[in-house]
Amino acid sequence: MNLHEYQGKELFRAAGIPVPPGETARNAEEAVAIADRLGYPVVVKAQVLIGGRGKAGGVKVARGPEDARREAGRILGMDIRGHAVRQVLITPATDIEKELYAGIVLDRKAETPLLMVSPDGGVDIEEVARTRPDRILRLHLDARGLPAYRARAAARFLDPRFAIQRRIAPILAQLARVYADQDASLAEINPLVTTPGGEVLALDAKVVLDDNALDRHPDLALMRDPGAEDPGEVEARERGLSYVRLDGTIGCVVNGAGLAMATMDLIQFHGGKPANFLDIGGSSNPEKVTAAMNILARDARVRAVLFNIFGGITRCDDVARGLLTALDRIGMRLPIVIRLTGTNEKEARDLLSSRGMTALSDMDEAVRAVIARAAEAA
Amino acid sequence: MSILIDRGSRVLVQGITGRDGSFHAKQMKEYGTRVVAGVTPGKGGTQMGGIPVFDSVEEAVAKTKADVSVIYVPAALAQDAIYESVDSEIPLVVCITEGIPVRDMVEVARYLKGRSTRLVGPNCPGLISPGRSKVGIMPGFIHTPGRIGLVSRSGTLTYEVVWQLTRAAMGQSTCIGIGGDPIIGTRFTDALALFQADDATDAVVMIGEIGGTDEEDAAALIESTMTKPVVAFIAGQTAPPGKRMGHAGAIVSGGSGTAREKMARLEQAGVPVAKVPSEIPRLVAEALARRRPKLRVVAGRAAAAKKKRVRAPVKKKRAPVAAKKKRAASGKRRTASKASAKRRR
Repeated sequence: MNLHEYQGKELFRAAGIPVPPGETARNAEEAVAIADRLGYPVVVKAQVLIGGRGKAGGVKVARGPEDARREAGRILGMDIRGHAVRQVLITPATDIEKELYAGIVLDRKAETPLLMVSPDGGVDIEEVARTRPDRILRLHLDARGLPAYRARAAARFLDPRFAIQRRIAPILAQLARVYADQDASLAEINPLVTTPGGEVLALDAKVVLDDNALDRHPDLALMRDPGAEDPGEVEARERGLSYVRLDGTIGCVVNGAGLAMATMDLIQFHGGKPANFLDIGGSSNPEKVTAAMNILARDARVRAVLFNIFGGITRCDDVARGLLTALDRIGMRLPIVIRLTGTNEKEARDLLSSRGMTALSDMDEAVRAVIARAAEAA
Repeated sequence: MSILIDRGSRVLVQGITGRDGSFHAKQMKEYGTRVVAGVTPGKGGTQMGGIPVFDSVEEAVAKTKADVSVIYVPAALAQDAIYESVDSEIPLVVCITEGIPVRDMVEVARYLKGRSTRLVGPNCPGLISPGRSKVGIMPGFIHTPGRIGLVSRSGTLTYEVVWQLTRAAMGQSTCIGIGGDPIIGTRFTDALALFQADDATDAVVMIGEIGGTDEEDAAALIESTMTKPVVAFIAGQTAPPGKRMGHAGAIVSGGSGTAREKMARLEQAGVPVAKVPSEIPRLVAEALARRRPKLRVVAGRAAAAKKKRVRAPVKKKRAPVAAKKKRAASGKRRTASKASAKRRR
């Protein structure tokens, strides 16, 4: 689960990381009231769950109330790569001396979190890694977390001045603590800035939480902003499905994540375009199948739907029953191609044929068929 | 033979009285697996479909000499279940559970270092040596005994490929689902080394997916130490960056972990990469066919195949070295499988 900048900053602030004050606004009036309180100049920052806000024009400085009203109004109406801006963060503009980078991610290979710091902050760390790899210091965290002496070593890499290092080192230790305590999969400060007055501040916060750990963080689970996500993805999550919207025309309903990915790939291989990734999991619960059908039926781009089920523990006849129940409940007008193989395949075919439907058994054949149906429907 | 599990494997089911545990314990037993014990705290002394249930793994191991544990407990309890089996020194622990927090697995990975237990999973279908033993949730009937090894990060996609192999009359020695999480106990490199050392495996099918760099590591291992042919498939070529595709570990992040990179690296290592799953049986057949005549030529005609002749002995030498290295690295893990083999006799 991705957090908004203002939410990440709340976590940082609570952990003792210095963060500039700030409040969020949902309209221009609120924005001006906050800016008046904080004092000008302020920065108006779009709160969207996607990177590249600055480049898209979603971060602007306002020097007075008129500026604030205009910029907040403009940014609140923006769409940043498919993400509508519904909130802006108003924060006092900071005098920046230097921009640094500090971030913690999971190093899958080393099976432990990795702290990365760079004196080249304010840009994509991937870009720094590509162009100036010597400007990144990597330190693995271990069972001890980040011991103070290692935090000091990282701070020395970031700034030569001892007075600044003394401020940076505890920030890095606290970042490591946030990462571990909150079950984060990413905790990033970019930029971490020094000011001419010798302060060190986190000007941005990017925090991604481990979805699998939200059960033990009820407070963090409440931070989820369903309005900032795709409605289909929100509904899918609530129904226990795994769904990702893509930009094609062929909807797919598959059991299992690997098979679902392979199905998308196969659609593309045969010249079609998948509209989504959708894994109904090991369940053949009719409710899940109905929910899946609902999501696809609402998607105006979908021209045809492919069911690809490999029955193992999931029984094909259960899925067929779920499909028929779903069709009874919602008037599905889209053409459907069904592929069933495995456990209770015959029973499933009998069920479907009693309703005038047939199922294929070969995956390539089914994919070619659904592409043809989608082309007819277009 | 097969890898990791065989007829002699004595299986303990953690969480045997739960919905999944009870169902799959029965299924495994029906397949022919020797399910010797179950563990559910508080249910000790009872039975589950003829399988004795114990309160703790320690007690179950003491009474039944179980040497494989398979875990079906909920995600919140999985870390503890793994620790319990590791502390009882069970050589092989297979964790089926999906949805374990990454931090729990980071801690498990640290704890496993220097210990003798091999973990398979989590978030995996388990493993099967067809006709011998099944430890997991895969449908037994799609498999058939044979000489192809299979290792995969997926569940149903693995079944799809197994089914295609079976229909192409290519039986399997062992199929391992290593799991779809970012941190897993057994990786491609571990499984490939085991298959390389297994006399009953002629070729290996490897099914990877987006996320991480385990497939790239596998390519490096194949290049340096494997003499058996490997055929690969990578799922997620059409996956958009930054989006998790169902599996917690299936995500392209920061431009790395893409299917294209993995496919290119594997091809560079000489691994045929299937564009679609249905291509796999043909690629396996071709890889096996390429290998045999080459060896025959080397053995037969000296002058005509001078180049090959130079190459072949090098390869032959390499194999035992690689196997030895692997044995040294995995330490007790092998001893464990040997022990179970002895017991069978």
